[in-house]
Amino acid sequence: MTDACTHPQTPLLHVEHLTMRFGGLVAADDVSFKAQDRKITAIIGPNGAGKTTLFNCLTGFYAPTSGRLELNHPTRGECLLERMEGHRIARDAGVARTFQNIRLFARMTVLENLIVAQHNRLMRASGFSFLGLLGFKRYVDAETQAVELARYWLDRIGLTERADWEAGNLPYGDQRRLEVARAMCTEPVLLCLDEPAAGLNPRESADLNRLLTFIRDEHSIGLLLIEHDMSVVMGISDHIVVLDYGRKIADGTPRAVRNDPAVIRAYLGDENDEENDNAMPPKVTADPKGGDV
Amino acid sequence: MEYFVQQLINGLTLGAVYGLIAIGYTMVYGIIGMINFAHGEIFMIGAFHALIIALGLGITTGTWIPVALVAALVGTMLLTPIYGWALERVAYRPLRGSPRLATLITAIGMSIYLPNQVQLLQGARIKTLPPVLQGGFEIMEGGGFVVTLSYLQILIMVLTVTLMVAFTLIIEKTALGRAQRACEQDRTMAALSGINVDRTIALTFVMGATLASVAGMIFLLRYGVIDFFIGFLVGIKAFTAAVLGGIGSLPGAMLGGFLIGLIEAFWSGYFTVEYKDVAAFSILVLVLIFRPTGLLGKPDIEKV
Amino acid sequence: MTPRPALDVPAILKEAGLTALVMLGLTVGLVGFRIPDGIGASALETRFGAVAMACGLAFAGRIALILLREKRPRRVLFASTAYAVVVALAQAAPVLFSPAATERWITLRPFDSAVVNGMTVVLAAAFALRAAWMEWRHRRFPGIKERDKAMDAMGARVQRATHFFGPALLLVAVILPFLPMVDRRLLDIAVLVVTYIMLGWGLNIVVGLAGLLDLGYVAFYAVGAYSFALLAINFDLGFWICLPLAGMLAATAGILLGFPVLRLRGDYLAIVTLGFGEIIRIILLNWYQFTGGPDGISGIPKPTFFGLEFKRSASDGGETFHQFFDLTYSPVDKIVFIYYVILGLALITNSFSLRIRKLPVGRAWEALREDEIACRSLGINATNTKLTAFAIGAMFGGIAGSFFATRQGFISPESFTFIESAVILAIVVLGGFGSQIGVVIAAILLIGLPEIFRELQDFRMLTFGGAMVLIMVWRPAGLLAHRTPSIRLSDRGGEP
Ligand SMILES: Nc1ncnc2c1ncn2[C@@H]1O[C@H](COP(=O)(O)OP(=O)(O)OP(=O)(O)O)[C@@H](O)[C@H]1O
Ligand SMILES: [Mg+2]
Repeated sequence: MTDACTHPQTPLLHVEHLTMRFGGLVAADDVSFKAQDRKITAIIGPNGAGKTTLFNCLTGFYAPTSGRLELNHPTRGECLLERMEGHRIARDAGVARTFQNIRLFARMTVLENLIVAQHNRLMRASGFSFLGLLGFKRYVDAETQAVELARYWLDRIGLTERADWEAGNLPYGDQRRLEVARAMCTEPVLLCLDEPAAGLNPRESADLNRLLTFIRDEHSIGLLLIEHDMSVVMGISDHIVVLDYGRKIADGTPRAVRNDPAVIRAYLGDENDEENDNAMPPKVTADPKGGDV
Repeated sequence: MEYFVQQLINGLTLGAVYGLIAIGYTMVYGIIGMINFAHGEIFMIGAFHALIIALGLGITTGTWIPVALVAALVGTMLLTPIYGWALERVAYRPLRGSPRLATLITAIGMSIYLPNQVQLLQGARIKTLPPVLQGGFEIMEGGGFVVTLSYLQILIMVLTVTLMVAFTLIIEKTALGRAQRACEQDRTMAALSGINVDRTIALTFVMGATLASVAGMIFLLRYGVIDFFIGFLVGIKAFTAAVLGGIGSLPGAMLGGFLIGLIEAFWSGYFTVEYKDVAAFSILVLVLIFRPTGLLGKPDIEKV
Repeated sequence: MTPRPALDVPAILKEAGLTALVMLGLTVGLVGFRIPDGIGASALETRFGAVAMACGLAFAGRIALILLREKRPRRVLFASTAYAVVVALAQAAPVLFSPAATERWITLRPFDSAVVNGMTVVLAAAFALRAAWMEWRHRRFPGIKERDKAMDAMGARVQRATHFFGPALLLVAVILPFLPMVDRRLLDIAVLVVTYIMLGWGLNIVVGLAGLLDLGYVAFYAVGAYSFALLAINFDLGFWICLPLAGMLAATAGILLGFPVLRLRGDYLAIVTLGFGEIIRIILLNWYQFTGGPDGISGIPKPTFFGLEFKRSASDGGETFHQFFDLTYSPVDKIVFIYYVILGLALITNSFSLRIRKLPVGRAWEALREDEIACRSLGINATNTKLTAFAIGAMFGGIAGSFFATRQGFISPESFTFIESAVILAIVVLGGFGSQIGVVIAAILLIGLPEIFRELQDFRMLTFGGAMVLIMVWRPAGLLAHRTPSIRLSDRGGEP
């Protein structure tokens, strides 16, 4: 809902020479790419390629070994993410994310999850709790507004009926969408989604695609999308970055990437370079809650 | 200088007690990732068992002392680990996979329950062991100050070093040690590859309790006085030692134990005795803040 | 009906035998022998009878458990009922039978201690109940999931019932001093219980809402008490001025401690707070000039009612309560007043916690308890948020501490040991994290009962510790824990 007013040439996110080492292991190796406003940028790559590590660096969970992560906030200007604390990246730079294994507040209700996401605004409105404790109107209004925003997203993800359920009791697919909605409630300019379609059935997956394109088109923000499901990636992304063993091996439009021999090699191994539309088989996620993230 | 050497000797023997207990904290932490708050109480029970056996044999004088000491040592090493085992079975195993807070609370519940049980059974007053094994070598003299290294201190060091070597060998060389390391890495995978995880964890508690019981015996010999409450303070200090050395690291626990022992000895020797416990706690806080991985611990990056 | 497979008797005996053997190992030393007190040790007392009895009971109990597991409840039902009845009768013999018969009944008591016998009776009764359930309902005993659901429903029911009996309880609390059977001793106990209720509610903010295990809560209680005493004595400030000051000082202590340690993981936090509690106590004990060391501080002024004192005769320049209102002097007035003071403070704590839960900080506390990483990704400053919980908890602890100081008129470090922290924590755990009414019930049970039945005193801490373990094993969320949402969409149904 932020009015984007960046020049077309300054990208929303500019990653330059990002390197992340864990002891001897180089999980991200000199990765550089750009992500634009109102575009879905997909990050793909085999397991262990360093996709989640990239997100963790972007959102302040890991301090990168080296590199520059520049975010151009349409109203607040340039932010260097690698120098900011995790919570400030979400609060001040407007970067929101979801997690590979869902991290909802499982024992809180769906609505509460969405209200907690609006913490900082509500906190200010409640005069850091003092006015709120005394029942000031300003806080009551702010809370009503927060509920309205939550209701807006509940309608989008079709959970209005179940707003008062415990989030942990929702079916898996709904939890995934709730996590996206929760991230959107922080009113971000860049939304990072870590395998949002993992473990979804085809219908849920299609719903999710619609939700993501809706966010891109109606809320005019940039999206970073980690995904193994090629139908999702090819269907909705505007731009694709391919990682393998921590290195960027390709970067371009879906069409260009699909035909890139390096990408095909990374997915299928060297001997098989036969052109194939389904060259990149979707990863089979046996245990959707598994994975190390 | 002489005074310094004396404090050094005292500190090292004290450190042996902390180090032996700290190993128990570290091993349990390594395998189930939580602090066994009740471990200090196991130490206390070990001291009681040793005292009961020593007094029960009724031979605290004369040439039978070595026999009594060995019997007390073996006895407490056999009886006390049963408490370690029962502790795991009753308070920890049922809660595996529950929220952390719940496990922490059972651990604290146990550390309240055990000393009170001992208090009810044995009374609240102090218990004494008549001094055994007196005398020692005078190794240095100067300025009217004699540095002594008592037989007891030699015994303590020999015992501690032997046990440390033995346990390091167990963990590095035996199947049990391999199973333990496997469980540390990944319990599910360990179970899938045929390791009996429950048994391995139980044995870890038993091993920790064995060492703690020896520490209890050493404490008893050195101070000659115990009560049901000793587990609390000594337990916290041993935990500090484990953290200082790097929790999860076996050599770290021993190193931390000796360091804490030395710090305490020098602190009471050169500063104030009253605040010696404050010194230990302050170290705990400082280490946790500035170097949570301790001296020898592995960095623990949180997986997101 | 298909014939059930025969029991594998040797296997059962072996299992039970092993249990008895473990019991033997646990008891042979500590129960079997009693070390004489003090120096100049004489011979050990022996209590092998009790060891044998414990092993026998462990053997029998294990067999009972196996039979229940194998769905053969009948024998368990008979045996454990018989045991419970016989031991209960043996214990109650002196009041039930003639002296001669009592002699014979007493030999049937398994242990010397009445409380231990009582515990075995309770255990046997639990076995009997479980067996009876299986026998007549033909049902499996509920598994962990179902049990959790049932307990949650019970927690919900209790919470709903609180809407009705909460006000009633409050009414009883308000008119308590004027009830006919309430004497001075009972009123004193009531003051104590309400103090612990307040402490429990204060700690509940930290442990129940924010999920931070604070084992040094008593430190803030001590800071409050000593600040109050020192302020009141050295600067001659009145109760009502010192009270908020002491609360603020305790909150400051909370922030000072919390700031470096709240980044730590839960169990580290627990042990650091535990250490902090000890540090404060050691400092109080050794800083003679300031705190009076082990002698403590005495002569702490009593609270006044808008400047009116509760004394037989006024100190110069003052006026007493009974003079002002033209009453005859009664020493009970003072206790009644003190009772109302703590009741008021406790109620403030309660309404504060209920309100803060519905504010952004309160929700953030709960969210942090659920998932700190997710909180960070939503822009919540985890450290500051935890710090507020810690400081607010500390503040209420400090206020309760000031009250303690003024009520006793004398404080010394002995009142602020780890045991106190443990008691308060036990109240919160037993009541169910985050449950306000649970704290009330737990405080009445844990503080009130042992005060009234003195024989239980010795077993108090033992029971607290044991109960904490059992409750967590039974239901990790806490006995009566039930979470009501802090906000509902359906309540706002009318809006477009
Ligand atoms: N905290 C950490 N410590 C050590 N190694 C790590 C850490 N986080 C990630 N790694 C390693 O970095 C590499 C990249 O991991 P990452 O989770 O980024 O992969 P990914 O592309 O997200 O894979 P997947 O598709 O399975 O989610 C892996 O080898 C992983 O083991
Ligand atoms: Mg990943």
